[in-house]
Amino acid sequence: MNPIKTFKKGGVHPEENKLSADKPIQDFPMPKQIIVPLGQCLGAPADCIVNKGDRVLTGQLIGTAKGFISANVHSPATGTVAKVDVVMDHTGYYKPAVFIDREEQDEWAEGIIVTDELLTDIKLDSKQIIDKVKECGIVGMGGATFPTHVKLMVPEGKKAEYVIINAAECEPYLTCDYRLLLEKTQEFLMGVKILMKAVNTNKGIIGIEQNKMKAIELLDKTINEHKDLYAGIEVQPLKTKYPQGGEKQIIKAITGREVPSGKLPIETGCVVVNVASTYAVYEAVQKNKPLIERIVTVTGKSVKNPGNFRVRFGTPADLLIEAAGGLPEDITDIINGGPMMGKSVSVTNFPCIKGTSGILLMTLKEAQDRRQTNCIRCGRCAIACPMGLQPFLLHKVAKQNDFDETEKNHIMDCIECGSCEFTCPANIPLLDYIRYGKAKTGAIIRARNQK
Amino acid sequence: MNKYTISGSPHVHSTENTRKIMYRVLLALVPALLVAIYYFGWYALRLTLITVATCMLTEWLIQKFLIKGPLTINDGSAALTGVLLAFNVPANLPIWMAIVGSVVAIGIGKMAFGGLGKNPFNPALVGRVFMLVSFPTAMTTWPQAAPIFDKGFFADAVTGPTPLGILKEAGVGSLAEAGNLQFLDMVLGNRGGAFGEVCAIALLLGAIYLICRKVIEIFTPLSILLTVFVFTGICYLIDPTQYIAPWYHLVYGGLILGAFFMATDMVTSPMTIRGKLLFGFGIGVITVVIRLWGAYPEGVSFAILIMNAFTPLINKAFKPKVFGVVKPSKN
Repeated sequence: MNPIKTFKKGGVHPEENKLSADKPIQDFPMPKQIIVPLGQCLGAPADCIVNKGDRVLTGQLIGTAKGFISANVHSPATGTVAKVDVVMDHTGYYKPAVFIDREEQDEWAEGIIVTDELLTDIKLDSKQIIDKVKECGIVGMGGATFPTHVKLMVPEGKKAEYVIINAAECEPYLTCDYRLLLEKTQEFLMGVKILMKAVNTNKGIIGIEQNKMKAIELLDKTINEHKDLYAGIEVQPLKTKYPQGGEKQIIKAITGREVPSGKLPIETGCVVVNVASTYAVYEAVQKNKPLIERIVTVTGKSVKNPGNFRVRFGTPADLLIEAAGGLPEDITDIINGGPMMGKSVSVTNFPCIKGTSGILLMTLKEAQDRRQTNCIRCGRCAIACPMGLQPFLLHKVAKQNDFDETEKNHIMDCIECGSCEFTCPANIPLLDYIRYGKAKTGAIIRARNQK
Repeated sequence: MNKYTISGSPHVHSTENTRKIMYRVLLALVPALLVAIYYFGWYALRLTLITVATCMLTEWLIQKFLIKGPLTINDGSAALTGVLLAFNVPANLPIWMAIVGSVVAIGIGKMAFGGLGKNPFNPALVGRVFMLVSFPTAMTTWPQAAPIFDKGFFADAVTGPTPLGILKEAGVGSLAEAGNLQFLDMVLGNRGGAFGEVCAIALLLGAIYLICRKVIEIFTPLSILLTVFVFTGICYLIDPTQYIAPWYHLVYGGLILGAFFMATDMVTSPMTIRGKLLFGFGIGVITVVIRLWGAYPEGVSFAILIMNAFTPLINKAFKPKVFGVVKPSKN
């Protein structure tokens, strides 16, 4: 095992609460009707290419990517399009979606291999892999949902030296990536190999927090058993510290390089891909299977039966909550994602999509906003900030709408990890104001650049 | 209406809060208080109770009737100011003076600026310096330490000079005659002085607790102590007949109390490590200058207050290094 590495600056250590770590992935049965949002990624929603009454097959393209940063959407089930309408998704806004009345049996679209056989021969070349990833609508499944093919297109003049697989899973509670690593180890490693081929490098590093020792050992063992097949892939244990899985932090931890302010990770020669996305790349490239399902962790302290489910997109979250033992009485916050960066939702029936890594049910005791008191200038937020910012200052100037100061103090470098607010002894909603300041400052910068 | 809370991330928070921090500092001061009661008896206890009560009452009255804002007296901050103020004065100080000092500390030192977190100067030191310039005789008439088992709990204290007082008045030679060159006594607290500052061991015990609980960081105190040690060490090497050995400077007066419990006040000290080191260096230099060449025998309070004034500038000058930014932008 490699010696443990970590990022140095800032970070916090929230309670890990990996309640569902030992729960094997269960296939989740789909309901009669599924609702597939067309906007499942960062960037523009896909254009709908089906109409009411059309019969769609499982894995058939139903929405085409619109613009550079966008991703295709495929039908997660076989059935008839009931309507193309809007649905309230996890953001709380009504978004366009395809409603599909499902047939009992999956009928897969042509060319998709549905066997469980491990295919180790990569037939496609770099360009074809990237096209396939694009065609299959793969996005970053850690939550940010950035289209993966865009990451893989290394710009002219740059070289990808490392493929870094972000298996840190530093968010408390979430265990979907961990389970995937344990249960689909070989497929995952093949995914890494495919990604390495896609960006023409022979170095792939899997960064995992050391609280997932079982996964680290299993990966090490598998790589050693198949030395030739997985040549160049390394497992790098990381210290259990939030936000170890931040893209910039994991690059710093593994390579010691810092992504320059305002630049992309490729500047450091790294392409960072999430575990679930890596697995999806394997399925896309080797089995021609588009991204139509993912592992979702359903968890919470008072949840009776926390678990990890393989869920087809468009399945409403309330069914998953039901499967985990129902909605406990004392729940006040429902979070789409993890407790540090996830978003709270107002309804329980939002459809699961590509970015739904977890559904976290939080009790009042845990999630309650405590009474805010005066800032005592302890500076803990600045110590906790992994980006070296001064959250207390950004909070103050954002509150005063002084966007010159926010920009000067690098508000745009904030990765919104929430470490500052987590650590604040005065319970000041630092990140709320910083997000506001960031949005305003970003708009001003964009307007200025357009001139 | 739906019943789920919509709020921005993060949805979990650490269990830290201001009150816990303040109570930890109070707990860290308990050993020193116990030693103070051992050496100064009832007077030390009485004075502490009075200043704490007055500080809390003053804050409550101002919040209730002047600001009409939320009441925060149970956050421990006013009580802490009271304890620190008491620790910095002679045990036999007349009660009414202690009350005046407490009212000034909270009223002018803290609440006039808007309460907790807004004050530029350490409130306890504001109160102390106010008393020092207003009641110079009472504030410099120090009781000698005398264990309560020898003299009784309620015994009147015998006053006498402090080591630094002797040093200022009579020079190095007379320190030895007065028995003030017994390093062990100095560390244990068996000497004259403000009752909270005498026992270095008890204070360090509290300081170690605070550092372990991550309430304070070592940088400011370390910088202060090192600066004082090096500065007075140089003077000692130049002329040992005129200047006393540097290790005595560390335990005399209120240096340990000031360095670990007052210079580390979060509100009035810089936030970055480099800032803290500079802040501590400034306190060390000013302390030594006052001790060696100033009008007062002791200068820790003044030094901290003066450097408090520089804190905003230090904060501006020393910012943390931003991730991924090679050169900080000039504008």
